[in-house]
Amino acid sequence: MTSEETIAEELATLQRNAPRDLLDRVMRGTDLADEFTEIDGPTGPAYVAWNGRGITAFVPVDAVGTPDAFKERHPREAFHVDAPPPSLAKHLDRAIETGRLGRLPVDLSSIGEFQRKVLEKCAEIPPGEIRPYGWIAREIGSPGAVRAVGTALGRNPVPVLIPCHRVIRTDGRIGNYAYGSPMKRALLEHEGLDPDAIETSAQRGVRLVGSDTTGIYCFPTCRHVKRITEAHRIEFRSETAAQADGYRACKVCRPAA
Amino acid sequence: MTTILDHLPQQLASNRDRAFPDLVRAMQDGVYSGVLQFTRNRHDAEDVAQETFVRVYRALDGYDADRIRSLQLRPWVWTIALNLCRNRARTVARHPEAPLTTDRVDTHIDAASEAVDTVSLEEWRHRLAALSAPQRTAVVLHHVVGLPYAEIAASTGRTESTTRSDVRRGLARLRTLIEEEAT
Repeated sequence: MTSEETIAEELATLQRNAPRDLLDRVMRGTDLADEFTEIDGPTGPAYVAWNGRGITAFVPVDAVGTPDAFKERHPREAFHVDAPPPSLAKHLDRAIETGRLGRLPVDLSSIGEFQRKVLEKCAEIPPGEIRPYGWIAREIGSPGAVRAVGTALGRNPVPVLIPCHRVIRTDGRIGNYAYGSPMKRALLEHEGLDPDAIETSAQRGVRLVGSDTTGIYCFPTCRHVKRITEAHRIEFRSETAAQADGYRACKVCRPAA
Repeated sequence: MTTILDHLPQQLASNRDRAFPDLVRAMQDGVYSGVLQFTRNRHDAEDVAQETFVRVYRALDGYDADRIRSLQLRPWVWTIALNLCRNRARTVARHPEAPLTTDRVDTHIDAASEAVDTVSLEEWRHRLAALSAPQRTAVVLHHVVGLPYAEIAASTGRTESTTRSDVRRGLARLRTLIEEEAT
């Protein structure tokens, strides 16, 4: 005879373990976990990670090693996959090719407001051009925070894509890079710049370049400098010197506030 | 008995992203076991269980710390899970042309035990289907998942005494059904 106690006992045997991958599926569904893969970066292979909000990491393969090593150092759970989803892959390929973020989404949601402002400003620097740390500080309305800008860029989770390699020292030297200055130089070279020439001209004290036909001064890598012919090219050591000679700041590269 | 669940609201309030995986780990077997009885097959149950936790996370996202600290986690998660089960059942009913798949006893499956397991799940799902919805919910949450009456009442919005009688009547009905099967 079936008693209600035995029914209760039988019902208790209907307990099952959740499928082993349930937590993984939930983590991906909530964007708490990222996916990552290897891609060809401008100066070599790199790991790139993303979630539903956008790209979360870019790390040269040389700097970390195996995929497991990448997982280990990634701040969130990460799953190794073959390729990014097509919607992301399209914009990622384009960003690598052009040196501009374009429509590639980057997930900066876990980043503080100051660092986010620094990174967003940095992303505006066009390929083949460089700006000093102080320029970012001034552009984001914190002219005194030059050192903090350096720190924020040093912790850029998506270098190369957000081009912190295009930010240099105030004295015009190329300076440090999270993955070593040789990589910074290689990235600049890849964009058509000459790192040795940048260093030499910095040592000569050149900070700004003007044209005596327009009376405008720019950062030396501004796209408008490229049109200045040798005969009309004037070099300045400082904004004060340029302004003293009656020159005004370029409105595109904005070397002065 | 204190469990990890007692500390979770506090931890979720202070660091949601870090504590959330612990919430999933603590509740996933219970949610999956229960949902398995309220859906047609394993596949649906996995989907609903996954969706439950994704919704839970999104809801936490919109709550302030005080609200999270005062949450009764299990009833709250089960309210969300039960809603999803109802929605799923409604969609299934509205699209009868969709293949009505229950868990097939697939002889090609390597593990014979899985086939046996499927038979017993199917058998109980069939019996439980004969209960009224409130009885089925209360019986499964109490006897399969192991929730106390008060928590079931909190997740269904019924009173504790109604919940007790739902369970009692549900068991009585199951007993009748099993006796009928035997004759």
